Amino acid sequence: MGLWVRVGILLLIALPTILPATYAQNTTKKTSTEEPLDTLKVYTIGEVVVTASRHRFNVESPMPAQILSGAELQKLNSFSVADAIRYFSGVQLKDYGGIGGIKTINVRSLGSAHTAVFYDGMSVGNAQNGQVDLGRYSLDNIEAIELYNGHKSSIFQPARGFFSSNTLFLRSKTPYFSEGKNFHIKTTFKTGSFGLVNPSVLYQQKLTSKLALSASSEWVKAHGRYEYRYRKDGGYDTTAVRQNGDITALRTELTLHAKVGEAGRATLKAYSYDSERGLPGAIVANRFSHTQRQWDRNLFVHGSLHKSFLKNHDLLANIKFSRDYSRYLDPDYKTDKGALDNKYYQNELYASLVNQVSIYEWWNISLATDFSMNTLDANLYRFPYPTRYSYLGALSSQIKWERLDIQASILGGYIDEQVKYYQQGDSRKVFCPVVAASVQPFNTKHFRIRAFYKESFRMPTFNDLYYTFVGNSSLRPEYTTQYNMGATWIHNESTGLLRSVSMQADVYYNRVKDKIVAMPSSNLFRWTMMNIGEVEVKGLEANTNLGFRLPAKVFLDLGLSYTNQKAIDITQGGTTYGHKIPYTPIHSGTLTASAQWNSLQLNYSFIYTGERYSQKANIPVNYVQPWYTHDMALAWEGKVLRLPVRAGIEVNNLMNQYYDVVLNFPMPGRSSRFNLSINF
Amino acid sequence: MKTMYRLWVVLAMLSTALTGCRDDDPTIPEEKEQLPPQTATVVEGFYLLNEGNMNMNKASLDYYDYATGSYRRNVYGQANPEATLGLGDVGNDIGIYGSKLYAVINSSNKVEVMDAATSKRLRVIDVKNCRYVTFANGKAYVSAYDGEAQIGGVSPNGFIAEIDTASMSITRTVMVGRQPEEMAVVGNKLYVANSGGYSPPNYERTISVIDLNTFTKIKDIDVAINLHRLKADAYGNLYVSSRGDYFENPSKLLVIDTHTDAVKKTYDIACGNLTIAGDSVYIIGSEFSYSTFDWNINYSIINAKTETLLSENFLSKSISDAIKMPYGIAVDPYSRNIFITDAGDYVSPGKLYCVDKNGSIKFTVTTGDIPAHFAFVYKTTIVQ
Repeated sequence: MGLWVRVGILLLIALPTILPATYAQNTTKKTSTEEPLDTLKVYTIGEVVVTASRHRFNVESPMPAQILSGAELQKLNSFSVADAIRYFSGVQLKDYGGIGGIKTINVRSLGSAHTAVFYDGMSVGNAQNGQVDLGRYSLDNIEAIELYNGHKSSIFQPARGFFSSNTLFLRSKTPYFSEGKNFHIKTTFKTGSFGLVNPSVLYQQKLTSKLALSASSEWVKAHGRYEYRYRKDGGYDTTAVRQNGDITALRTELTLHAKVGEAGRATLKAYSYDSERGLPGAIVANRFSHTQRQWDRNLFVHGSLHKSFLKNHDLLANIKFSRDYSRYLDPDYKTDKGALDNKYYQNELYASLVNQVSIYEWWNISLATDFSMNTLDANLYRFPYPTRYSYLGALSSQIKWERLDIQASILGGYIDEQVKYYQQGDSRKVFCPVVAASVQPFNTKHFRIRAFYKESFRMPTFNDLYYTFVGNSSLRPEYTTQYNMGATWIHNESTGLLRSVSMQADVYYNRVKDKIVAMPSSNLFRWTMMNIGEVEVKGLEANTNLGFRLPAKVFLDLGLSYTNQKAIDITQGGTTYGHKIPYTPIHSGTLTASAQWNSLQLNYSFIYTGERYSQKANIPVNYVQPWYTHDMALAWEGKVLRLPVRAGIEVNNLMNQYYDVVLNFPMPGRSSRFNLSINF
Repeated sequence: MKTMYRLWVVLAMLSTALTGCRDDDPTIPEEKEQLPPQTATVVEGFYLLNEGNMNMNKASLDYYDYATGSYRRNVYGQANPEATLGLGDVGNDIGIYGSKLYAVINSSNKVEVMDAATSKRLRVIDVKNCRYVTFANGKAYVSAYDGEAQIGGVSPNGFIAEIDTASMSITRTVMVGRQPEEMAVVGNKLYVANSGGYSPPNYERTISVIDLNTFTKIKDIDVAINLHRLKADAYGNLYVSSRGDYFENPSKLLVIDTHTDAVKKTYDIACGNLTIAGDSVYIIGSEFSYSTFDWNINYSIINAKTETLLSENFLSKSISDAIKMPYGIAVDPYSRNIFITDAGDYVSPGKLYCVDKNGSIKFTVTTGDIPAHFAFVYKTTIVQ
């Protein structure tokens, strides 16, 4: 720990000397601190709007933030949110391959259950397995993706926003009407490899001056077949086609946006996702196809109100009801009543109230209180039918001067477990402190240093606690502790070749205690969950974005991100003490480049993930090769019959590298995609 | 546009440089370790099959040679570089008959037939969800959960495949109970333990008896729920384990008299695995309780002649304390050295302990993941 703090301090001190000493000239430029976290500089060339500068960071945030939004997102050849988050540093995407394969995010090696996902300000967790499949969130309707280590740096948010070790925010497109129009329709069609057919439509209607409606629907169908290859030097060399990876999914959303009073706003949203997919399974010797299938149906209704009733007071109220259905069919698992056919029903009722009071202009206090009720029903043998009542509270204080921002929160949670049958998990009381600060050390707003300390936890999931023969109702929560130090610097020029620079670097130290790990019980078919793991993570993340204006009206954006981390198993008495935990590379990084010339855009991106191990023991048989992919895209934006049109062609994994992210779940080789969108 | 061009050249060079990070993917060679040698009697050494965790495709074979004391890990990979994706997923059983080595690879749906001297692949026989193997009269018998290909359709029942050891192909099949496990041949009859583990709480409670001439089922013997292990002693008795239901009904060990085909005796001890050498039945009792979320482990021994449970453990306390998760066991019938494996946490390499008949440790060695099943190599089988 000591070493890393020192390295961090050194780095921060060294930064201004490494960088050109030009920041002092830019003190007059105003950096926006509110909602749009990235400042985008807009150049107008004829009718084409180009964003030439891209600051993916929030300079003032006491906790590291990475943001991808708007045009930025479009450049990344990404089909789903899962593809896009690979460009964030400190992130490992656990990708089982293909369009239908599950994709979960693991931030700073804390484990996927430690990242809370919010969709339009509402958490979209899964109490059954703690996993959010980001492959299901298409980018079609997404305006911005924001990743916060720790939590979003605002004390005015629901308690759930504070309680996770990391938070990922997905923001859908808000209604936008051009001059003199009261509606906007965008239709998109995508097709390409894997038999992909993906039409979508977005419809936005201005109802009154204070009321707008937004509807969006998207259908995805793909057979999911692709070639993969496994080979050894001087040994076997087998190419096969991925089977049973088909998917059909329909997503529909309806949102009502309203302005309430002077500055208030309210939204009412209904969301539905319905899918059927094959589970392509692990590719092992002599077994190249599987027959398991899965159906999912997710439905939620979410209401949100932000209003100020008194002077110096703000209120944020949220209410949500969700119902998730999932069915798993295994024709190869033949019981006395036919094939294994498991059905799971989850309900969630969630309500949240946040009150913020401004005591002085520089001092805000907020109290966030959340209540939620989760239930799970399943047609499983000896199933306990659990219900979980969670009461979460966060009392926060923010002191904010121009050059100093200090946020401190105390989080308290009471989680009450109830079951209808068999053993119930113990109810839990948890307290976690959080402190975060951001300082402007020099006479420029464009450079800031930050640090945070956060304790957090995750509850065992319903599967951890109650899954027949696997669940262990005596499980305790899994705790994390995070220390972080970093700095952000941005710089803009209005002339010359280099127009914008932004840099962000952080060093961190994390601990995971009482990690929930699957352990064998009486035999291989009977596993159980135990609180036994302990993990230590040391890491460094660095991001740079450069915006160039080249001759001949060519705009060039370069982005580089690099992560170095060591996530080590420090479980006392374990046989793999000191080994790196599975699937955590020491080195990983991305490079993105985008060139814009008139209405043409050429994008290139490169992702590198270093060598890692597929299991706890760092031995040759568990070694997994590094992988890296090159993606290219060409897009044209213009007008056809006076309608704004965008057309693009993408080639992913250009070098046709065959690789596994998760061992034995082969990823696609070279693939292509075409997209066309027309605005009305 | 010239600047652009230059930029792309730089990018291309950069990516080529990074491309160098990916090594060639060589076959993982075997690893050799020197252990104390043992006197080669009729037994020359043994193969140890490591199961590997499901979906990891990490079943592997180790070989211990008595005369030289060399222990070779992962011998299959080196001997068979052309076998796509190696030995496969979940090695569930192993046996040697004549000059051939048979490995039952459960999740790879195959029986791998190898040359016992070189461990080179001779044939792959497809058997869906195969579990165990036993031999008699020039035939190998393989139990399997899923008879889709052999007995057709959606039946939950399992089956036994008869494999001709000369032609290495399936000759006949017979349907037995649901999820059949271990088998033993006594006289001209094959006894099969049925578990029914896929349909709790409706477990099977029978041993199916197959006539080896007609290859038909003669009868089912009612024993206890969820049967698993099945071993024959020298006195015409079968030792069969019941896994219980992991809740109210505990695991136990029962003795079947094959003269009467009826339960003769019940021992109320947990039995995770067992092996019989001479008159001694060695039992690893590792039982997990879903009420206390803890294990109960014992190392019992039964005298097969007198059918009495001896009072002492066959492992000293210092050894049994060292073993976290006892899993596989074999006893050399001549030297009476005990070979017992520790599967540890099941997801990292296990350990093999060799304990001599006086109870002292001769060696311990690191194995593959989930070391589990043994096959002794006999001199006669190699010479043949």
